[in-house]
Amino acid sequence: MTSKELILGKIRKNNIVPQIDLPEYDNFGITYDDKFEKFSSVIQTVGGDAIVTSKEKLDDVILSLYSDEKVIVSNVKESKLGNFIANDEEDAHNLKNVDLAIVKGEFAIAENGAVWLKNNDNRHRSLYFIAQNIIIVVKRSDILNNMHEAYRQISFDDKGYGVFVSGPSKTADIEQSLVIGAHGPKSGYVIFID
Amino acid sequence: MASHPINASKYVANNERMHWHDKALWFVREKRDLAAHGIPEWEKLREYASTIKTHTMNKLDFYLEEFERNATAKGIKVHWAKDAVEHNEIVHKLLKSKNVKKLVKSKSMLTEECHLNPYLERRGIEVIDTDLGERIVQLRNEPPSHIVLPAIHLKKMDVSDTFHEHLGTEKGNDDPTYLTRAARASLREDFLTAEAGLTGVNFAIAETGGVVVCTNEGNADMGASLPKLHIASMGMEKIIPRLKDLSVFTRLLARSATGQAITSYTSHFHQPIEGGEMHIIIVDNKRAEFLANEKYRQALNCIRCGACMNTCPVYRRSGGHSYEHVIPGPIGSTIAAFKEPEKHSSLPFACTLCGSCTNVCPAKIDLDSQLYNHRQDLAQAGHLPKSKMLSMKIMTYLFERPKLLDFAGFMARKVVPKLPKFLIYNKFNVWGKTRDIPEFPEHSFKELYAKMKKEEGVKNDK
Repeated sequence: MTSKELILGKIRKNNIVPQIDLPEYDNFGITYDDKFEKFSSVIQTVGGDAIVTSKEKLDDVILSLYSDEKVIVSNVKESKLGNFIANDEEDAHNLKNVDLAIVKGEFAIAENGAVWLKNNDNRHRSLYFIAQNIIIVVKRSDILNNMHEAYRQISFDDKGYGVFVSGPSKTADIEQSLVIGAHGPKSGYVIFID
Repeated sequence: MASHPINASKYVANNERMHWHDKALWFVREKRDLAAHGIPEWEKLREYASTIKTHTMNKLDFYLEEFERNATAKGIKVHWAKDAVEHNEIVHKLLKSKNVKKLVKSKSMLTEECHLNPYLERRGIEVIDTDLGERIVQLRNEPPSHIVLPAIHLKKMDVSDTFHEHLGTEKGNDDPTYLTRAARASLREDFLTAEAGLTGVNFAIAETGGVVVCTNEGNADMGASLPKLHIASMGMEKIIPRLKDLSVFTRLLARSATGQAITSYTSHFHQPIEGGEMHIIIVDNKRAEFLANEKYRQALNCIRCGACMNTCPVYRRSGGHSYEHVIPGPIGSTIAAFKEPEKHSSLPFACTLCGSCTNVCPAKIDLDSQLYNHRQDLAQAGHLPKSKMLSMKIMTYLFERPKLLDFAGFMARKVVPKLPKFLIYNKFNVWGKTRDIPEFPEHSFKELYAKMKKEEGVKNDK
């Protein structure tokens, strides 16, 4: 008997857990009058920040935040600051010197300051974590209220990798002191464009 | 194997540190309250979580098979391990087949449960725990003392000393940012040189055949997106039916754990990286037994947020290591006592039955009832210390004989107040170690009641 058969057999043999129906989440969950305002206030509590600008001014805003970064990857078509094409690299390890990643976010969530990243055109998902700093660009109209709305927009019918990112990486493992910049980016902004 | 009260007595001997630990965890509990109160539908979310988990456990075999089918279709290889040994063997076989010398691991209580690190190290594989807290305790050769905050028992100077010794940081520099940066630099090297990454699993989605891992540091993602081999180890109770059910759990988990609205990263893995392999190991290791037990089955609904420990008055004051179990606190105590009652018989008594754990549990597990039930079960199975068994036998004998109980009480009221102190407070009176016996009244309640009745009778006659 394989371990799989053994385990499934054990589960079936004695399972006395009652049968109940799954819940549905239609029209469920907190909503906000000003979703940007909520998003912005939450992300500030986790070491990030939200900025609103226009497509035309995007690069100026980025340069005002990061003037010294050398290796820059951009997979956002509105930004021309990229000077390193991560997708051309065979090996994800070659991204280790990326100073700034400018990446596309699918939508933002007001209740928790998170942005959904699932870009099948981005060859190396390590880009989101290995870069020293990250800027996520999201359309101003793509802010949802809560996670129930979010999962209505998400699908894994294809393969793939997706991640909710809320602020830069952080840790509080040393005496509960919050330190921004654990293993992933040391700073992170979400820029909303029209 | 020492029991919880003996370990705890050593821990509380350092009064200052005990209060510091208590406060640190209470601070986390308060942050949890703030986060929970910010969501008007919080209680409904907890109900949903409990419903989803109960529904899933009822059909666990069905959902596990659905998960395997869908994961396989996405190019992920699924393995089944009946116990810890088989789990470790599978991991080792996979690492060996790729000639892996260094493995980077993100947090996984399951691999702690299986003692994977020593197993692999004995076979010549370097294992690096990459969560900062876990790295700290790994360097100190200690187990984690909390499932979410592995190094919560340590002060920053302890970490400074450990890093000075192992990472060469300045002696005496205990600035958390400085220490974190040092660990970042050292672990970045490990991420870049490891040939494989192992992660835990917070949720496995039957419908889509993928797994979700939540971290703040980004270490799981670094480990699972640089090396070509990604292994994810999951206890089989981690399964949930639908992608949309994640909306409930991702709202509850971080708020319950640390008071954050969501973890920095909530990663959904549904395929290996380019040119890589992804393996998922589904582990039983005595989980199926819970399904068959009405009293303890809800323990499988746990999402490992740690809220029950943060709120527990005993955990906060006795520290995680006092439990000598991979998962401490209320949920750890009930799991340990169910899986290995003889070894962990003291844990259900490390509880005041205050019920706070049950009140904060995002999956509404009946923790306090479980711990209460364990006490009866442990007594019946003969797993209590002899002194406790004997005193309970004596009390039972007395309570079954009202006349004898009256007489014993009468004698005690006459004799005990006259006894010298050393006869009352000695090593057999554990209760009296830090407490005074209350003053004995002259009469028992029964005597007073009878007297009152008599007087009333006299009054009524008049």
